[in-house]
Amino acid sequence: MHIIQELLFVIAFGLAVYLFSRKAGQIRRNILSGRDVQLNDEPALRWKNVLLLAFGQKKMFRKPLVAVLHFFVYAGFVIINLEILEIILDGILGKHRLFTPVLGGLYPVLIGCFEILAVLVIFGCAVFLIRRNIIKVKRLNQHELDGWPRSDANYILITEIVLMLLFLTMNTADQALQGHSQEHYIATGPFWVSGQFTSILGGLSDTTLIAIERGCWWLHILGILAFLNYLPYSKHLHIILAFPNAYYSDLRPKGKMENMPAVQKEVQLMLQPELAGSEPASDVMPKFGAKDVNDLTWKNLLDAYSCTECGRCTAACPANITGKKLSPRKIMMDTRDRAEEVGLLANKEDGKSLLRDYISEEELRACTSCNACVQECPVSINPLHIILQLRRHLVMEESSAPQEWNMMFSNIENNMAPWKFSPDDRDKWAIEMNS
Amino acid sequence: MQIKTMAEYAAGGESPEILFWVGCAGSFDQRAQKITKAFVTILDKVGVRFAILGKEESCTGDPARRAGNEFIFQMMAQNNIMVLNNYNVKKIVTACPHCFNTLRNEYPELGGNYEVIHHATYLQQLIDAGKIKMKEEGSFKGKKITYHDSCYLGRANNIYEAPRKVLEALDAELVEMKRCKSNGLCCGAGGAQMFKEEEKGSTRINFERGREAVATGASVIASNCPFCMTMLSDGVKEQGKEDSVKVLDIAELIAQQIE
Repeated sequence: MHIIQELLFVIAFGLAVYLFSRKAGQIRRNILSGRDVQLNDEPALRWKNVLLLAFGQKKMFRKPLVAVLHFFVYAGFVIINLEILEIILDGILGKHRLFTPVLGGLYPVLIGCFEILAVLVIFGCAVFLIRRNIIKVKRLNQHELDGWPRSDANYILITEIVLMLLFLTMNTADQALQGHSQEHYIATGPFWVSGQFTSILGGLSDTTLIAIERGCWWLHILGILAFLNYLPYSKHLHIILAFPNAYYSDLRPKGKMENMPAVQKEVQLMLQPELAGSEPASDVMPKFGAKDVNDLTWKNLLDAYSCTECGRCTAACPANITGKKLSPRKIMMDTRDRAEEVGLLANKEDGKSLLRDYISEEELRACTSCNACVQECPVSINPLHIILQLRRHLVMEESSAPQEWNMMFSNIENNMAPWKFSPDDRDKWAIEMNS
Repeated sequence: MQIKTMAEYAAGGESPEILFWVGCAGSFDQRAQKITKAFVTILDKVGVRFAILGKEESCTGDPARRAGNEFIFQMMAQNNIMVLNNYNVKKIVTACPHCFNTLRNEYPELGGNYEVIHHATYLQQLIDAGKIKMKEEGSFKGKKITYHDSCYLGRANNIYEAPRKVLEALDAELVEMKRCKSNGLCCGAGGAQMFKEEEKGSTRINFERGREAVATGASVIASNCPFCMTMLSDGVKEQGKEDSVKVLDIAELIAQQIE
């Protein structure tokens, strides 16, 4: 009997890990299909970002109340994973509470801590469900979340509550069984939370208690394995990718735009033709800006997969606040959706592109490049970089710009200023002051 | 006052302490010219040996680059760098955060390496060094002033304190808007928006910001950017408060109070 349970466990565990790694590999390929960019300088500063932004959730604390609740859920998730280790080992080896004899008196204290965290996770998730569905916080109910994204968020929260309830019920049944001289259920000492509820199960027979304990154990671990495989299809993937995304975040001042060396060189040869000839001309016609996801950098795509659709970017976006179509969150969601779509095409063309099929010109034009979205993102996503690359494509590949911008371009080119003034008048103010 | 150009300094075999990069708005826009004149007045009073490029100055290329036109940006940038390097310029001060950002962050990889300072920081340095002396009875004493963080000084370059320190020297009461410092709301002009109509929406960004600034009850909105100046002035007008609420650049505020 035991060996069958162990076998079933090993099969379920192996299958879950296999399926997850396969999907993770796909996502990795999708991300690496982006343009290459070097983001390995200053490792010390990058690790500091991982510690502060990802582990420490520094930016979450710009909204302190939500941050504390989120920290419960995050800490609960990370720390309860230690308990999962015991559960997995128990499952493989056919043991029960393997760590009890090893840890002795420390064991119930640890489990007690996990249980308190589990209660905090349930509390946090419940408040989050209320904020999304009853209070209807604006940034959690904007129209780009219609359909799947909104359900996705609720599924995650409900699953977390259910998993924690299973964990607590399992422990309660276990506590009730301890001291009944059942073979497996050795005395561990009282658990802080579940120990308070054993009287509820007091009237039940040992067989029923064992059924409850085993049932919860199996549902809990199978639930976790299923959740693991849900991650790559969900916004919840941020729990993994927030860490590399913090490491690879841009270290330069936010105001600096990415240079275009191909254009730099071309202009250089135009201004200083004597430099030509020293280097061989390249036959490859460079692409300007980005039209589709493969034109973006791999960091842009990592950003897209790291986005948990919290909407802090959109809530801070001046264009969105004043009713324009632009939403930085939608830029990230569109980029991920398109990256997934392109990944499934396996190098075939589908005649679609990120620009226009997903992101409209009207959205791109509304951006003031104010960096509020970049500043707000708790997981170091930069929607502005994507917007500016798409703008470059529009102007440089398609000559598509509003009439006023075309006039501005020609003014700069002809008058050295974005307005139509004579360059001779540039120092008129100084002449006025001199006289 | 005698405002000299780099060419004039070079002709005399001299070089100034700083180059004052005026920028297109500061040169041509009537309202922004007042900021330019105020800043130059301060420099003159303090006795800083400064120069301008005069007719040799061109747009840094910022609006073209942000609109997506890298060719025009590169043409402007490389041209400017040739001029600046030709005069062996070391230190640049500018009253425009867009010029500041481009000169400081985007010119180095094109071969233009200078110490670039925004006038907010420069004024703070002059005040800290005791070079700017304020009048005994300040006309801003006890008055409410609110400060609008420009995106290109604030989030883009993390400069939040220098302009506030400059305002402290006025002995005024600094009242912050709810959205300030790294949470500051854009005026609506950045990213080349200054040069085109806004997209369709429920309101204009500068109206939203104007409303927020007026709601502080301040009689002065201090800015550090000629584009913000235009946007906020219109925002205040939309609130019907142009008579009671003035939008002034920090250089203008200091110029009014300098001894």
